[in-house]
Amino acid sequence: MTPEASRPPTRGEASSAVAAVRLEGLVKRFGDAGTGAGAGTGAGDTSGSASADTVLAVAGIDLDIADGEFFSMLGPSGSGKTTTLRMIAGFELPTAGRILLHGEDVTDRPPFERDVNTVFQDYALFPHMSVADNVAYGLVVRKVPGPERQARVADALRMVRLEGYDRRRPGQLSGGQRQRVALARALVNRPRVLLLDEPLGALDLKLREEMQIELKAIQQAVGITFVYVTHDQQEALTMSDRLAVFNRGRIEQVGTPADVYERPATRFVAGFVGTSNLLSGETARAIVGGSGTFTVRPEKIRLAEPDSQPAPDEASAMGTIREVVYLGPDTRYIVALDAGGELVVTQQNIATSSMEALSAKGRTVRLTWKRQHNLPVGEE
Amino acid sequence: MVESRAVRIALRVVSVFVMTFLYLPLVILAIYAFNPSRLLVWPPTGFTLGWFAEAANNPAISVAVVNSLIVGALATVLALILGTLAAIAVHRYSFFGRQTISFFLVLPIALPGVVTGIALRTSFVTFGIDFGLFTIVVGHATFCVVIVYNNVVARLRRLPRSPEEASADLGADMWTTFRRITFPGLGTALLSGGLLAFALSFDEIIVTNFTAGAGTQTIPMWILAAIQRPTELPVVNVVALVLVTFSIIPVYLAQRISGGAAAGVSR
Repeated sequence: MTPEASRPPTRGEASSAVAAVRLEGLVKRFGDAGTGAGAGTGAGDTSGSASADTVLAVAGIDLDIADGEFFSMLGPSGSGKTTTLRMIAGFELPTAGRILLHGEDVTDRPPFERDVNTVFQDYALFPHMSVADNVAYGLVVRKVPGPERQARVADALRMVRLEGYDRRRPGQLSGGQRQRVALARALVNRPRVLLLDEPLGALDLKLREEMQIELKAIQQAVGITFVYVTHDQQEALTMSDRLAVFNRGRIEQVGTPADVYERPATRFVAGFVGTSNLLSGETARAIVGGSGTFTVRPEKIRLAEPDSQPAPDEASAMGTIREVVYLGPDTRYIVALDAGGELVVTQQNIATSSMEALSAKGRTVRLTWKRQHNLPVGEE
Repeated sequence: MVESRAVRIALRVVSVFVMTFLYLPLVILAIYAFNPSRLLVWPPTGFTLGWFAEAANNPAISVAVVNSLIVGALATVLALILGTLAAIAVHRYSFFGRQTISFFLVLPIALPGVVTGIALRTSFVTFGIDFGLFTIVVGHATFCVVIVYNNVVARLRRLPRSPEEASADLGADMWTTFRRITFPGLGTALLSGGLLAFALSFDEIIVTNFTAGAGTQTIPMWILAAIQRPTELPVVNVVALVLVTFSIIPVYLAQRISGGAAAGVSR
């Protein structure tokens, strides 16, 4: 892994104004805290520099998150995204590096002295308190006077559409309702930054999609910076203004959903965000006509008759349909290329029935796509 | 599960046998408490409440009962404070020698009472501490702390960490978090631990014998002394019966609390 992988992703608006969240060279090593862990800022890979019983969870992260942004940290489990979030919240102390909130260094401050609030993955509601008391907790410990407190709690419950549930206990609520209580409990304090740790992970698909839309609407209504941790690329693409793709404790790419999806910076990003359709080596030279690794998104590829001629601005490849997966609105074809390798192609079922789609298996086809859609990707 | 008829009958017979084994002695004790004869004669010769009156009028008994209550209460309070603090320290923070401390905290309960007793007695004599209620309290605290510690550690292991983090995240300092979040979570563990500790202290005899001075008597000590005087036997029966009756209350409560809490936690 080259050091360039963790370059500071300063972009446009984030660098001009003071960032809501700024991470500088953030490192977290778990395990024996004593032995020289502080010195190794961004040191090499996990196996080399660390002793056997330490784990380098976050390996040097620089990041600016702008005020009012919906920012997602996307990555597989163990990629360091949750650890990064927990360091911003103050639950973990960084081994090295600094955390600035609105220009203020909070690296060594405890969680209760930071102007951020967190929505936990398991919601972390207080089981012995009613919904209203849960939501009021932050206001009570910060000694907000009674009448104002009640008004704000009522507002927060209204925002998450839980009016009339104030006297219930968390145990009497459904998963989706608990999630809303957790959100209200955090938002009622009007933090400048809200941290969300896979908040929808425990909900079923239908509810998750509803909550995605709702969360985004709430974020736009309150104008608070959201830092959203998820392993679900769809979720990150749907909701975020910008996102960072995490892998092995580092950030591989930061950008808008369109940036990350259409111009993945590395092979990892291409594979993790969307379907990995990679052409490399001999295959790439034969089809694209250049050396290196290229990616083509499956929906950009068209299935054509084998004898058809590609347009001048199109790349094309011959292959055999190896597998057909019918998905309802669209169909996924896995095509074995004559030049070697495989490409996944998705086609909308506009005029195709499931029978037709499934009967395509084994057929020889020509794949064509606009040359602008095969993009070179870095080798990490 | 479906058992065959034979298994069902066998299980019932065994249950009845076990219950008899456990409770027949108590029933016999109860019967003798109402028996007018001063000697243990079977069958009972009649019915009387006389021994209850005699027990109530015996000042040695009431002094001993009060002593036992005081010792039990103080040992329990001491155990609740020390046991909880130790449990939190061992569970929450990793420090050098944590495993060792955990081991040595639990050890006293496995130690024979005579050993604890003689060790404490020797220490008290060495440091010139006068024997009395205070020394008994210290003696009882040695095992009561373990009871509370075990209860609290078990609960802490079951409690998720995230509500405490949420509390800190919402602006509560460590003390507020302990008071509002951790402590209510421990509540029932403390209550059942405390009740158990009190019950153990109340009937403790071995350590008590070593750590009580000549002038101090707890109720188990009084019983042990009285049993050697045949004329006092019916009064002993009465005292024992009353103790049995009152022991049921904390045990029943502890059972209900821990059972109820388990159901509550599983959500």
